[in-house]
Amino acid sequence: MIFNKLSRRFLVVVTGLVSMFSMSAARAEYELNMTQGVTPISQDIYSLHMLVFWICVVIGVVVFGAMAWSILHHRKSKGAVAANFHESTTIEIVWTVVPLLILIGIAIPATGTLLDLEDAKTNADITLQVTGIQWKWKYTYVDEDVSFISSLAQSSRDVMSDPTGNENYLLEVDEPVVLPINKKIRFLFHSSDVIHAWWVPELAVKQDSVPGFINDSWATIEEPGIYRGQCAELCGKDHGFMPIVVNAVSEAEYEQWLVSKKEEAAAAAASAEQEWSMKDLLARGETVYQANCSACHGPTGAGIPGAFPAMTGSPLVLGDAAGHIDVVVNGKAGTAMAAFKGQLNDVDLAAVVTYERNALGNSVGDMVQPSAIKNAR
Amino acid sequence: MSPLKLAAIPLLMFGFGFALVPLYDVFCDITGLNGKTGRIEAAEIDASQVDTSRTIEVRFLANTNTGLPWDFQPLVKKMEIHPGQVYEAVFRVRSASDRTTLGQAVPSVSPGLAAEHFNKTECFCFTEQELAGRETLDMPVRFVVGTGISDNIEQITLSYTFFSLDKG
Amino acid sequence: MYTETTHDAAHGEHHDHGPAKGLMRWVTTTNHKDIGTLYLWLAFIMLLYGGSMAMIIRLELFQPGLQWVEPHFFNQMTTMHGLVMVFGAIMPAFVGLANWLVPIMIGAPDMALPRMNNWSFWILPFAFTMLASTTFMEGGAPAFGWTFYAPLSTTFAPDTTDFFIFAVHLMGISSVMGAINIIATILNMRAPGMTLMKMPLFVWTWLITAYLLIAVMPVLAGAVTMMLTDRHFGTSFFDAAGGGDPVMFQHVFWFFGHPEVYIMILPAFGVISAIIPTFARKPLFGYSSMVYATASIAILSFMVWAHHMFTVGMPVAGELYFMYATILISVPTGVKVFNWVTTMWKGSMTFETPMLWALGFIVMFTIGGFSGLMLGVAPVDTQYHDTYFVVAHFHYVLVTGALYSIIAAFYYWVPKWTGHMYDEKLGKIHFWWSTIAVNVLFFPQHFVGLAGMPRRIPDYSLQFAEFNAISSIGGFAFGLAQVFFLYIVIKTIRGGEKATAQVWEGATGLEFEQLPSPPPYHSFTEAPPVR
Repeated sequence: MIFNKLSRRFLVVVTGLVSMFSMSAARAEYELNMTQGVTPISQDIYSLHMLVFWICVVIGVVVFGAMAWSILHHRKSKGAVAANFHESTTIEIVWTVVPLLILIGIAIPATGTLLDLEDAKTNADITLQVTGIQWKWKYTYVDEDVSFISSLAQSSRDVMSDPTGNENYLLEVDEPVVLPINKKIRFLFHSSDVIHAWWVPELAVKQDSVPGFINDSWATIEEPGIYRGQCAELCGKDHGFMPIVVNAVSEAEYEQWLVSKKEEAAAAAASAEQEWSMKDLLARGETVYQANCSACHGPTGAGIPGAFPAMTGSPLVLGDAAGHIDVVVNGKAGTAMAAFKGQLNDVDLAAVVTYERNALGNSVGDMVQPSAIKNAR
Repeated sequence: MSPLKLAAIPLLMFGFGFALVPLYDVFCDITGLNGKTGRIEAAEIDASQVDTSRTIEVRFLANTNTGLPWDFQPLVKKMEIHPGQVYEAVFRVRSASDRTTLGQAVPSVSPGLAAEHFNKTECFCFTEQELAGRETLDMPVRFVVGTGISDNIEQITLSYTFFSLDKG
Repeated sequence: MYTETTHDAAHGEHHDHGPAKGLMRWVTTTNHKDIGTLYLWLAFIMLLYGGSMAMIIRLELFQPGLQWVEPHFFNQMTTMHGLVMVFGAIMPAFVGLANWLVPIMIGAPDMALPRMNNWSFWILPFAFTMLASTTFMEGGAPAFGWTFYAPLSTTFAPDTTDFFIFAVHLMGISSVMGAINIIATILNMRAPGMTLMKMPLFVWTWLITAYLLIAVMPVLAGAVTMMLTDRHFGTSFFDAAGGGDPVMFQHVFWFFGHPEVYIMILPAFGVISAIIPTFARKPLFGYSSMVYATASIAILSFMVWAHHMFTVGMPVAGELYFMYATILISVPTGVKVFNWVTTMWKGSMTFETPMLWALGFIVMFTIGGFSGLMLGVAPVDTQYHDTYFVVAHFHYVLVTGALYSIIAAFYYWVPKWTGHMYDEKLGKIHFWWSTIAVNVLFFPQHFVGLAGMPRRIPDYSLQFAEFNAISSIGGFAFGLAQVFFLYIVIKTIRGGEKATAQVWEGATGLEFEQLPSPPPYHSFTEAPPVR
């Protein structure tokens, strides 16, 4: 009787699980398993993952099978009488030694993969420095003088109240990192504030970026494509909003992209030579403020009491322009206030300082030109 | 076991928690765990020990942390070196502030296994560095990579990060 | 100490005088049963408090987008949920069980240090009130995860962090005092004839757990003290700027944190080792190997801490060592599971509520063990680390492991404690409801984790939406099941079928053989005979 009830319940659970699986398999966007990725290491990791998984399944079948057997057959309601054995040295040695052997079987391939993963043997073709900043990533191509900030795309920020239908919601950035395929890329991780972790599943790279220390990892991407990842170490308020997008392209396209990045930087430097009008500075400043400052200081400058100071009525903002510029450009040690000199160009910095002084409920009345920022770098 | 004797265990373990700090440093010195580098005297280096059959690429990185109005760069980005030979790399730091500022550099070597063989005879790390307003300063690092370094390492990164020591 | 605690026995003629009346009974009590009850109620309140925060988390994660809470508040919820469940629900519940059961299992009249016992309990409500009050302060509750990694918890944390530090100190002091008391009781107050190798496994596992507690809680206290001096007194243990190392915080924390994981699971092994033989009507298979397995798990737990840190950039030799040591733990853990299954083999089983929870424990704890083995393989951990796969893993171990064993223990011993049988039908409904809900809740988290969803995020991309919705539904159902449990608990305390002294047909041990149900307020004032 109880058995019938039990088995019926069991059946319900099983059919539920099966329908969950099949419905998942029917649509490609439901991912059930780890990605195989696009690097030799990521494939090795995937195989190792499946190996350990199937070993667990087999052990599970044996253990749960024995359990189910005794639950079904050795029950009092079926008239089972309890045996009285409670010790057997032989069997206990067996089930200590057999798992040990299985573990050795796991450890051997795992050691091989780990050694490959930590390989520092061959020189990399490209070195990319990745700096974690609350809450964006800075990429520096150390041999190319190309460096930029990559943060969550506006298209994702705009739809947070209802992201339905927004493809790549929270996985889109304003400026993806571009890398060539079939080249060995060495990543050097560093942080300018708290610990972050740079993770792109398809590259099988996940490494912490630690303030003051350098970590490294490497990847050789074998397939062109767009690979998305996220920060994997809790790094404060907007930890969930600092995605990574890697655009893997052919070497020719990569070279082309480098040229265009350098041209862009030259154009930005030229515009910093001009005098800007108040109107233009305020308009640009608002964009820069909303993209870089509003996460902490609030869209209206109200801040978060006890955590992040308000802009409106702030003594620093209302005070001398040089002090205001210093904090924005260099950050404030021992606080979450980042140094924006490495993140924004002279024009953007001038615009945002001007905006903070003359908007968000403040009206100091003065203007900060890009030349003043240049002087403070 | 009497409760008083038992009470000694937590007291000891509380002390042990703090002892983990120096123990960790010792552990790191042995294993290179946190990328902290070694330091040796110039006299200890044996010039005959240079291993010219091996070439290792050493790359230099310079970072400034928040609150420090300094521009900090290595003069050369990378060098090809032989284990056992002493090399010099120069980092240039320039203050963009009009006032006097105070910073301190923290070095880090990657990969960790290289750190224990990466020795510096002259270094500007872990000492307070003061820059007058708008001052520019060249800071040399003299280093030698030990010949005992693993064959599996052909690329080393030496990074310095300047942290602000200004209070306020 | 012994003479003081047995002083009731000295004037034995009125040894069964009852408790004092009114509220002061609970404030001033030194009786192990009262204190056990207090601990268990505190744990239940904390379970509901931590659970309500889990409901907020699952509500926000029910669909993509930010609908209910701000990201900063979400981080406070995940942090407080972890702290409250670990330090407020699971640990006090096991201490409560130890208080109730250890003396009556070993034939002692009370705990060895009854006045300190009162103090170790009454520190806790203050600690948790202080911790919870930060939610309403400027700056908010801790928002840096229950693992509070520096520098997010030092340089970058709000002022309220100091309340958190002080609360952790208080919890630590309470735990250490409780653990000293348990060790002193077990080592000094056993009835004549109760040799160490005759003790019930629950007593053994608690003895080993108590040693773990006094060894590692002070290390946690050291870690938060270093945080405090880093924050306010100019030291730089964890600050790279002053020559410290933020990664060292993780080493110190996990030196505490990994044994802490076993503190939360070893007593559960003891509970299950009591329940399975009772309902299989067959003695526990491999008693002595169970004791040795528990001890070796405890010793190994000190040597594997850095497997929580495979992505911080350790040298390859370190990663290899911690990988080997970690997967080695699955051997003694496996021995335990095999022993339980063999205990059932050729038994004469019945399936009352405590047995159902114990069987649920074995199956789902083993699933958690499998994902633990997978996580221990360092290169693959590159992909698992800090994803929902880890969240699924430790919830299988801590919810369907530790919490299930606590609920099993409640159903198993509550007839002894109150003299009333719980309502069997409601108990079974509670089990099936919880078990279906908890798997709907946590099983899909394996999938989203493998597919790439990081943990501790308030919002996610659309590909994870379906599984998160399923998970949230399971979460709400599981939460509701525990409110139902509250009803069962109150119903059982207030009345019910009268329990016999032995309670269960197959039950053995001093508490079932030598004491009536419920036991007198002061039990074993004279040492019982031990077979």
